[in-house]
Amino acid sequence: MDLLTNLALGFSIALTPTTLMLAIIGCILGTMIGALPGLGPSNGVAILIPLSFSLGLDATQALVLMTSVYYGAMYGGRISSILLNIPGDEPAMMTTLDGYPMAKQGRAGDALVLSGVASFVGALLATIGLMLLAPILARVAFLFGPAEYFALYLLAFCTLGGIGSNNQAKAVIAVCLGLGLSMVGVDSSTGLTRFTGGSLHLFDGIDFLVAIVGLFAVSEVFIFIESRGKDSAIGVTLDRITVPIKEIIFTRWAMLRGTAVGFTAGLLPGAGASLGSFLAYMLEKSLAKGKDKQNFGKGDARGIAAPESGNNAAAGGALVPMLTLGVPGSGTTAVLLALLLTLNITPGPLLFTERPDVVWGLIASLLIANLVLLVLNVPLVRVFSRILQVPAAILLPGVTMISFVGIFSLSGSHFDLLLMIAFGVVGYILRKLSIPTVPVILGILLGGHMEVSLRRAMVLSDGDWTYLFASSISIGLWIAAFAGFIAPLFLRHFIRTPFRDRGIG
Amino acid sequence: MSDRIIGLIVVVLALAFFAGASQLDEPFFADPLGPKAFPILISTVSAVAGIMLVLRPDAEPAWAGLSTFVRLFIAALILVFYAYTLKPLGFLLPTALAAGALSYQISPRAISAGIIGISLSVVLFIVFKFALGLGLLALPRWLLQ
Repeated sequence: MDLLTNLALGFSIALTPTTLMLAIIGCILGTMIGALPGLGPSNGVAILIPLSFSLGLDATQALVLMTSVYYGAMYGGRISSILLNIPGDEPAMMTTLDGYPMAKQGRAGDALVLSGVASFVGALLATIGLMLLAPILARVAFLFGPAEYFALYLLAFCTLGGIGSNNQAKAVIAVCLGLGLSMVGVDSSTGLTRFTGGSLHLFDGIDFLVAIVGLFAVSEVFIFIESRGKDSAIGVTLDRITVPIKEIIFTRWAMLRGTAVGFTAGLLPGAGASLGSFLAYMLEKSLAKGKDKQNFGKGDARGIAAPESGNNAAAGGALVPMLTLGVPGSGTTAVLLALLLTLNITPGPLLFTERPDVVWGLIASLLIANLVLLVLNVPLVRVFSRILQVPAAILLPGVTMISFVGIFSLSGSHFDLLLMIAFGVVGYILRKLSIPTVPVILGILLGGHMEVSLRRAMVLSDGDWTYLFASSISIGLWIAAFAGFIAPLFLRHFIRTPFRDRGIG
Repeated sequence: MSDRIIGLIVVVLALAFFAGASQLDEPFFADPLGPKAFPILISTVSAVAGIMLVLRPDAEPAWAGLSTFVRLFIAALILVFYAYTLKPLGFLLPTALAAGALSYQISPRAISAGIIGISLSVVLFIVFKFALGLGLLALPRWLLQ
């Protein structure tokens, strides 16, 4: 019954005209961002966050707008996968495998509708899963003390680093870079300034929005100039849109399996949507027997339905650890965490008891957003497919200017802009060297919390390090962290994943 | 080779970070761990990772040629120029110049880059100023008074 009261509260917030409008605007912007090659949920949300502050939205509204963009981008990512064979964002990579071949057979419309429906199934069920699971996990999270939180942060870094990179040493370097940057500024427990080099600008620490926009958006500009739009393949034309009812019914189990796998992958701290769609595709392929298997990669409907439901379900799943524990499961949820922290909202178990309006308003808005997205992505998909024709020479300068104005509107100083450009250059170098950038962001975001939990744990135990392993929860988390970091070393020999180089989930 | 160089840079940075951390004053009312311990932990872990990278580098990434590096360097300069001029010169002029120049970097056609720069500047100004209500100045402050 609790659930229904909470949902009623949520809908009473979500159905106010402003919130509803923000959700719809977010869905439209998100689908556009997702469709554009090179712009995905994480950099799309990153660019828009500073602007959402200058609009003066309250916490719930800002969160609704940004998560709608997030969901929208997850839906929209498939459009360029199918029409151009270029994933609009990383998790949509697997959709190219069967989506583009199907489009080449003259069935682009079918592929778009099928993947739109699969996205809807995945995202809707995952939102329901979030609704049911998050309150339970929030209750468990009350058992977490500083030692457990320290282990949990470690787990997030280990799984994100282990899965998101080909080379564990590079993942560790990325995490340490982020953690090191998070140490800059005034130490909260002693008031001492650390690593500022005497610069007044750095006393408050490095603004993580500056780091995020630099690493995700500005670095994209450099990557793009280097490739000079070389990626722009010749697309498939979209002639007519029909609803392939037979194939939607045929793939219903593939969609449900994809949803289950994706949602679970999303729950893992640090794993995220790319893993979700990858596992969903692989599962579907391994379930097919004999000759049936050979259809995969040649335009099989299941090869479109499974990864699309998987990546959208993972997007919902990734919100669970972000909201209940404050530990994001992917690049985009890391960006959303940055949004929450900047709005002075600390995610965690207390969020559910103290700010039910935020949590349930968000959940109700996501349910509505899914319906809006279904409409945008099935009957109106033709409109969004036009966006693919925007030339890079307009798109890239536009994105850059929006990033600059967004960051400029936060502080009005050129120092932050220069810092953002520096992060862009560093991000470019890191990406060239296949050092993942998401752990850097996560390190900057969580470094402060991680240090505080470690120091609190030491205060409680009076400096006894064994306290970190004193409870069964923390032992479990340490083991999981260790396994999450080491396991990919061995699994890598068996699974060759196609999306190793970028690591933005 | 790139990985080995980066590994070395990481080790040097880690040492610098270690030195910076160990020179912090220890306030006498500090908690058992104090402000030094966590940074020292980070520097130790990253030094180990840096050494690992020097010992076991990955295959060489595909670096761009010299001409592309020049283009990238110019792009970075454009962005720095934009960062410094956005406030004193108002929105329209720096944005048109920077957007046009960036556009030229991607597709080197001067006339279309100029048109793109000017139209992006005007369109974005209208969106930011009137739809989003940001407090942007169109022109340099001294021209508006």
